Amino acid sequence: MKLTFSKEDEQFREEIAAWLKANLVGEFEQLKFRGGPGDEHMFPEERKQWEQKLAEGGWTCVGWPKEYGGRGASIEQQVIFFEEYARAGAPGRVGHIGEGLAGPTLIAFGTEAQKQKYLPGIVSGKELWCQGYSEPSAGSDLANVKTKARLDEKTGKWSINGQKVWTSLAHESDWCFVVARTDPDSVAHKGLGFFLVSMHQPGVTVRPIEQLTGTSEFNEVFFDDAVAEDIVGEPGDGWKVAMGLLGFERGVSTLGQQMLFQNELDEIVRIAKANGAAKDPVLRQRIAEAHTGLRLMRYNAMRMLSDTSGGALQKAALVYKLHWASWHRNLGALAMDVLGPEAEMLESAPYNLTRLQSMYLFTRSDTIYGGTNQIQRNIIAERGLGMPKEPKGR
Amino acid sequence: MEFVFTDEQQMIRDTAEAFLQDVSTSEAVRAAMATDAGFDPALWERICTELCFQAITIPEEFGGMGLGYVELAAVLEQMGRFLLCSPFFSTVALGANALMVAGNDAQKAQYLTQIAEGSLTATLAYTGASAAKAGGQWGPEVVDATYTKAADGYVLDGAWRYVVDGHTAGLLLMAARQPGTCGQEGIALFAVPADTNGLSREWTPTMDQTRHLAAITAKQVTLPADALMCENAGKQLSRIIDLAKVAVAAEQMGGSQEILDRTVAYMQERVQFGRAIASFQALKHKTADMMLKCEVSRSAVYYAACVAQEFLSADGDAALAAELPEAAAMAKGYCSDTYFFNAGSAIQLYGGVGFTWEYDVHLYFKRAKSSELFLGNGAQQREQVAQMLLDGGE
Repeated sequence: MKLTFSKEDEQFREEIAAWLKANLVGEFEQLKFRGGPGDEHMFPEERKQWEQKLAEGGWTCVGWPKEYGGRGASIEQQVIFFEEYARAGAPGRVGHIGEGLAGPTLIAFGTEAQKQKYLPGIVSGKELWCQGYSEPSAGSDLANVKTKARLDEKTGKWSINGQKVWTSLAHESDWCFVVARTDPDSVAHKGLGFFLVSMHQPGVTVRPIEQLTGTSEFNEVFFDDAVAEDIVGEPGDGWKVAMGLLGFERGVSTLGQQMLFQNELDEIVRIAKANGAAKDPVLRQRIAEAHTGLRLMRYNAMRMLSDTSGGALQKAALVYKLHWASWHRNLGALAMDVLGPEAEMLESAPYNLTRLQSMYLFTRSDTIYGGTNQIQRNIIAERGLGMPKEPKGR
Repeated sequence: MEFVFTDEQQMIRDTAEAFLQDVSTSEAVRAAMATDAGFDPALWERICTELCFQAITIPEEFGGMGLGYVELAAVLEQMGRFLLCSPFFSTVALGANALMVAGNDAQKAQYLTQIAEGSLTATLAYTGASAAKAGGQWGPEVVDATYTKAADGYVLDGAWRYVVDGHTAGLLLMAARQPGTCGQEGIALFAVPADTNGLSREWTPTMDQTRHLAAITAKQVTLPADALMCENAGKQLSRIIDLAKVAVAAEQMGGSQEILDRTVAYMQERVQFGRAIASFQALKHKTADMMLKCEVSRSAVYYAACVAQEFLSADGDAALAAELPEAAAMAKGYCSDTYFFNAGSAIQLYGGVGFTWEYDVHLYFKRAKSSELFLGNGAQQREQVAQMLLDGGE
């Protein structure tokens, strides 16, 4: 057990830090610390350019195998990459769904032809992806998918009909991976397929959802006889493919997310020192608790990433979402309480939020999306502790 | 960066588990805790001669194994898990640590060698009655006893309380201050054989019977000059306390995990309303929270143990070693809260039988509180983190 990095890894750290310093300038300067959660709607065009800049430097998909255009970086180097990326204040990645979810899924489950077709667009930062899982009647009950896929015998293509919801970045994306029902008589996780659908076609309509922030990161996506370009796996394999993908969601990028959290906490500490909140005994406790929680989250992630045996990895990974989401939601409230009455003051009318206000409001979604805290507790109790499954109503 | 046990560390952990599972049974714990000494001397001898756990961190030049704090934490975790009644914690986590941090070469050569060979038990005595002020204070400022220079040595005078195994230890590492000093100032550490004339030691029975505490009084006790470990030892004492906190946290984490596992096993058997109570969501969610806290505690302990390791080794990473006060406070604070939460929840989840003397739940519940209070509870640890984070001091 060791926390120090090797010389080679420290050199890698210097390399990425130097590249970011040299390239996060000029037109990209304004992107610093932008585009994170709650800020994802900002500077979409500039951030797309930034993706391609990263790709030019070879800094997209660093953890992917070299044969698919990645760097084949070790876990340690991926950790370093995400830490330095966030430390430099580089912007939220518009390409993260492709790089972190669609790509790894294709690498794991796709055919060679599919890999050749889709992976280069992700690596180059030119093609953006969104995720079509949730539906109006498939929230926590994710398997209750109603969207239908029908095979057109003449063209050999699948056509998609239905509605997805809470789709991040749908309005910026070129592709969507969609879970849809291939067997109309099936229920729950059986009879689903995993489809790759172009967003640039008449059968796809994107409608932004106005959130309590007044902004729209999330969308509804309607499919009316939309044509699927490909299916990953066989019809009926959709749930298996989609669940394999959820595993990727808990990957190394969580460390980058933590650095964003660190930036937020640093700002709160700075404000607390300036306005005297740092002297209030109750707020001191809460700030110290937030600091402790974030530090320990880092070591939880390190443990999760270091252990490849499966056992302990499972457990540390199972609690990860519940931990960060609850922690971040508390941080949002703490930010407001440290600011006191100033917390209410908008950046400007009609409803332009400050960064911390935006963070505070957005954190209320953290404990809902990607599996609510309550669903997480079910999963932890059932998979982590072997307790009986919840009874189902169907 | 390898944040996972090496094969050797895993082996030490497994050895400790197998041994303690066998010898530290409920019957054995209950028998030992009811004695005045608070432990079974025959079992202590087996630990010292067959397993040599007491020698893990002692350098090889003094007959020890020269292994690290991670190995020690792995063993302490199992000891906490099985509520081992033993002078191990006092001798190693207090005594040996104090000698390694503040002892001179002659003292190390004499006493560490004796500890390593299993012929000497030891403990740290520093807390005076001041430790009970304001809900508990555990820094060097609570040293009440005084020392003065005499013709050919020192004269020790005063009282110590809450001394772990103070009534049985063969060697007392004692802190005293120059009259009229306060805080970290004017403190010296002495290595005092327990049979020194003028020392009186008394077992002070405690609510948690698995760890015995003592009160020690010194009435104008004359010490030879070579009893002095070091003067102006406030800083060294702080680091000794930090190392002890990491050790307590490891025990707490083991206890938190064990009481969770036992609770879940009981819930799988206990049937009400025609179902195992493990199937009720309200109860599952409680255990999920317990598991989350366990996992984060585990990360905290391993992190702090790695830092302690760097601190103690001559060629340790300086930046990591400097994190010791913060790492110790975070680990002790988080694990204290976790253990109390888990043990308290266990009584609730067991229901009525959790309230009986017959079931072991109360042993964990009581140990959780005593170890939470010892060296400072969660809020006190957070205040220390707040001081480092917000006040720019230690």
